[in-house]
Amino acid sequence: MSPELLALFWDSFLETLAMVGTAGIVGALVGIPLGVALHVTDAQGILPHPWLSRTLGIVINAVRSTPFIILLVAVIPLTRVLAGSSIGTAAAIVPLTIAAAPFIARLVETALREVDRGLVEAAQAMGATNLQIVSKILLPEALPGIVAAFTVTLVSLVGYSAMAGAIGGGGLGDLGIRYGYQRFLPEVMLLVVLVLIAFVQIVQSAGDRLVRKLSHR
Amino acid sequence: MIELTNVSQHYIDGQGSLTHAVRDVSLQISAGEIFGIIGRSGAGKSTLVRSLNLLHRPSSGTVRVAGRELTALSPEALREARHEIGMIFQHFNLLSSRTVYGNVALPLELAGQSRTQIREAVEPLLELVGLAAQRDRYPSQLSGGQKQRVGIARALASRPKVLLSDEATSALDPETTRAILDLLRKINRELGLTIVLITHQMQVVKQICDRVAVMDAGRIVELGSVLDVFRQPQQDVTRALIGDVIAHELPSGILERLRRQDVGAARLLRLAFVGDEVDRPLLSEAVRRFDLDFSILHGQVDEVQGQPFGSLTILTRASQATIAEASAFLAEHGVTTEDLTAQLLPAASTTGSPHLTLLRGDAVPLATEALNRVA
Repeated sequence: MSPELLALFWDSFLETLAMVGTAGIVGALVGIPLGVALHVTDAQGILPHPWLSRTLGIVINAVRSTPFIILLVAVIPLTRVLAGSSIGTAAAIVPLTIAAAPFIARLVETALREVDRGLVEAAQAMGATNLQIVSKILLPEALPGIVAAFTVTLVSLVGYSAMAGAIGGGGLGDLGIRYGYQRFLPEVMLLVVLVLIAFVQIVQSAGDRLVRKLSHR
Repeated sequence: MIELTNVSQHYIDGQGSLTHAVRDVSLQISAGEIFGIIGRSGAGKSTLVRSLNLLHRPSSGTVRVAGRELTALSPEALREARHEIGMIFQHFNLLSSRTVYGNVALPLELAGQSRTQIREAVEPLLELVGLAAQRDRYPSQLSGGQKQRVGIARALASRPKVLLSDEATSALDPETTRAILDLLRKINRELGLTIVLITHQMQVVKQICDRVAVMDAGRIVELGSVLDVFRQPQQDVTRALIGDVIAHELPSGILERLRRQDVGAARLLRLAFVGDEVDRPLLSEAVRRFDLDFSILHGQVDEVQGQPFGSLTILTRASQATIAEASAFLAEHGVTTEDLTAQLLPAASTTGSPHLTLLRGDAVPLATEALNRVA
């Protein structure tokens, strides 16, 4: 493999890291509060608002059921406002984040649902406010589940980021398609796949180790 | 300390029909008392105990605890008032993400106390419940009894005046149950805490309660000192519950045999002894004085509320007059006599065995009498 190609490979890897990392973190910042909102506004939650809960649920399902390649182009006007351009790595981060947030929200909601209702009842009996129930009971108890959710999201984002090439986002997936497939360089394709496999393995096992460390059940 | 006035609680259940969990309950519990609420599952006791700290707000009626009418408080004032009411639970409800220390510290953290204040409060509590050595363990590393000790320490952290116990020993084995109840008794005496505990186990009531209320279908059907209720249970449900711990009712096998034998003019009597009478040779005195002959069919002497309590079912062929005289003599010394002869009639065939209505999910005690005798 030529040095130019190797340099390109390294740049693509960094682009993938930037897209997955940024979308993951911003997605979590939006998705975790969204998941908490879904959980507490549920009919069985501590702040029941069935209509709000249902509306949020519908929006989240709508985003999650839109194929990513369509989401990528559908949000271009918004991307242009937020990233200043509709092409490039920064532009790809906007749709990736929009896809990640509802994904995390659903997984966080599931993790919160696993927290025993008795704990919430005990906290209420101690005179806890709703904010304290969220911050002292629900989030700490669901933390292992939330970390697991974040891990799963990062892994999914690696897959999504491969489609970012469609709007010039770059990244390893794009490199594989353009060089490996379109220029008939199977060794590039193979290396892309191997690097992605290794990357996902590292993310997943780091996540698993963290979950084990956090979980005292 | 606690005053419930006409408390009712009803809600619409999953099928959309109206369920009355608690019906028009009025109740006064004095300071320093250990008050038991017993009933089969579904009797409404769980809902009732949750109305004491308004985890379930009653549909109607008022709740006063420690001089404050909880039902009239604003949400903030209610949260404040809840610091005075500790609660422990059947499944402990400890945070798995916090250590023993962290769990006990939680109510103080919620109340906004400083780290040093918290340490000064938590450490003596861990000593009190005997868990000082386990302070850095997580709940998953503890036994059931230890978990409940953490629950108790946590409930005491905010220095409450009242402790509510929701089936706190139902998930524990008999030995651990006894240890936890001893701890509750100790707390009650040393800290002067009022304890309200709900249970379906008469064993619990027998061991530590001062007074007991029996609940059935959302109502309190019987209320009194534990000794009185044990001595003269008024309701079938109470008799059945007492039958779990004391050989009170005649086993149906013996009753069947008596019915078949046709005992003629014999009378079936139950004698209940409480306190010092158990020690005195009252029966042999009665035998000598009234020339009384009888056979003992069934009975047990046990301890209720720290006092000896005995129940004896006898069959006698003595004359009506002799029996009346003997009963009067025994009554003078505090032994109550109950005539159960009617149970010998075939028509009364249902009265022999405890009146159990089993519901789906009920815990069914198996061979408890045999076990009690061994214990």
